[in-house]
Amino acid sequence: MKSIMNLAGFLAFFLALLVFNSAFVVDETKQVVITQFGQTVGQPIKEAGLHFKIPFIQKANYFEKRILEWNGYPNEVPTKDKKFIWLDTTARWKIVDPLLFLQSMGTESHAQSRLDDIIDGMTRDLITSQNINDIVRNTNRIMNVAKEEEDVTGEDQIEQIAVGRDKITRAILEKAKAIVSEYGIELVDVRIKRLNYIARVQQKVFERMISERKRAAEKLRSEGQGINAEVEGQKERELKRIQSEAYRKSQEIKGQADGEAVRIYAEAYSKDPEFYNFQKTLELYPETLKNSAFVISTDAEYLRYLKGKNESLENAS
Amino acid sequence: MEINVPGGNMSRFRNPQPAVFILIGLIALVFASLGTLIYTIEPDEVGVIQCFGKYTRTTQPGLHFKLPFGIETVKHIKVTHVFKEEFGFRTLGPGIRTTYMRDDAAPRGKTSQSALLDPESLMLTGDLNVAEVEWIVQYRVKDPVLYAFKVRNVRETLRNMSEAIMRLVVGDHTINEVLTVGRDAISQMVHQKLQEVLDGYQTGILITNVVLQDVTPPDPVKPSFNEVNEAKQEMEKTINQAWEEYNRVIPKAHGQAEQVIRGAEGYALDRVNRAHGDAENFLKVWEAYKDSKEITRTRLYLETMKQLWPQIKGKYVIDQDVKGVLPFLNLADQKQEGGSQS
Repeated sequence: MKSIMNLAGFLAFFLALLVFNSAFVVDETKQVVITQFGQTVGQPIKEAGLHFKIPFIQKANYFEKRILEWNGYPNEVPTKDKKFIWLDTTARWKIVDPLLFLQSMGTESHAQSRLDDIIDGMTRDLITSQNINDIVRNTNRIMNVAKEEEDVTGEDQIEQIAVGRDKITRAILEKAKAIVSEYGIELVDVRIKRLNYIARVQQKVFERMISERKRAAEKLRSEGQGINAEVEGQKERELKRIQSEAYRKSQEIKGQADGEAVRIYAEAYSKDPEFYNFQKTLELYPETLKNSAFVISTDAEYLRYLKGKNESLENAS
Repeated sequence: MEINVPGGNMSRFRNPQPAVFILIGLIALVFASLGTLIYTIEPDEVGVIQCFGKYTRTTQPGLHFKLPFGIETVKHIKVTHVFKEEFGFRTLGPGIRTTYMRDDAAPRGKTSQSALLDPESLMLTGDLNVAEVEWIVQYRVKDPVLYAFKVRNVRETLRNMSEAIMRLVVGDHTINEVLTVGRDAISQMVHQKLQEVLDGYQTGILITNVVLQDVTPPDPVKPSFNEVNEAKQEMEKTINQAWEEYNRVIPKAHGQAEQVIRGAEGYALDRVNRAHGDAENFLKVWEAYKDSKEITRTRLYLETMKQLWPQIKGKYVIDQDVKGVLPFLNLADQKQEGGSQS
């Protein structure tokens, strides 16, 4: 009886072991490939839940079902127009065919290093065949250039781009995608995460930026001085205009008055020009002749009586 | 009770105990299972329940039951909490912020050299200049199921894509736009594009805000940017000075012009009035004179002479019959005196 009990207990234990070894849980984030002595068996399990396999003989290999990250090494890459840039790419991928993935890659870290080779290579290929403008910019959006910088940036006028960053990364994605699909991997996205000049170029760029700013500043200053001179000139002109206009008007008024005066005098004096002449001349004598010496003959009218009281009568006759 | 059968005194000794053990065991089991049977969802989260790894349901805040012993598991996901990611700087504590120059997010042993060359905030603008852009992204979980199951390391994905898209957008703007007028447009564009990309990955994340923080030219270039601003001020100043001078002079000149014109008008009035006066005077005198010409002429003549003669210095009266007296007169002396007086 005791041996039966022992046997039953042993059987129960063994059964439990079998169940635990045969049942396995697949999480929503995972997928499983069953292998039997290294050989894959059946289709991969992508459905989450409780699953069973042959205990001990079969093995469950778990793989990620989620989108996985990939980050490249920053690379120094020359562009088509011989500019050296630091490029840092990032990508997202997922295992879509775990069977193929198990066979070709085995582990995720192996896949990561394989992706390094492929994406870095593709990136390098495509970047080196593009101008820096196409890599930095995405669209031919019309960029606002500040007024004071129109002249400054005028020389290296912003060129039209032919491709644009999105198209370049799309091209990298398409090409790399085709390659990695053999490994059961789907490349979801490739993007340029960081893009910078390399150190020594950056120094040059900073210098250029500084000189550009200085040009802009100088331009502003000289523009200010120009406007200053312009206003100064405007002031001079305005001043002359005002003064000359005032002179003109005043002369006009004066002239008119003088003319009027002439007319008035003429009108009055023409009644008897001889009398005017006489009167005016007499008026002027005391003013003009004072302090002068006179040598006067006695036949002058004023002195005619000096010689005799009847002299005038003789003279007058 | 078959267990009691084997053994004589042994069984008798142990007889009551197995039942107790079993009872204790069962009670322990119940208590143990309670721990895995009941769970609480906090107010700011939801529970995502998986049965043998398979998603079954989402539960709201409160006390809930699930199947015990790992048959059902619960993931707590904060759905109302707004998370924040900082780029180009890190907030170390309240009010303390540091500019970020070290690339500690670099995976798999990137060299420190590249890290120094490659700070998070440094980026190229569309006119191939360099700007330092610091920004934050605020987000929350909008779909806890997608968030839990679709993307590994959602946070890093968000960070990577945020950097990529910020650079993409900044690459389409000039440095001037990035520094000044384009800020709003840039953050809006980044917001929209980042959401599109994250939706494409099924991250289950909702971007609530993208805010540009400090956007500056790189340090070595900063002084020259300031110089431009200073030059702008200087320009304004110079122009203002010119206008100041203009305003100082021109209104005054207007006044002076007015003065000249009024003066001329005054002169005109004076001239015309005097002319009228003179004319009137002459006419009146003439009216009188007309009737008695001879006597008036004589009178006027004599009056003038009366006025004139005392003022004449030298008077030499010569008889009309005497000739040749002139040579004896010292004319030069007289002239000199006359000349000095005039």
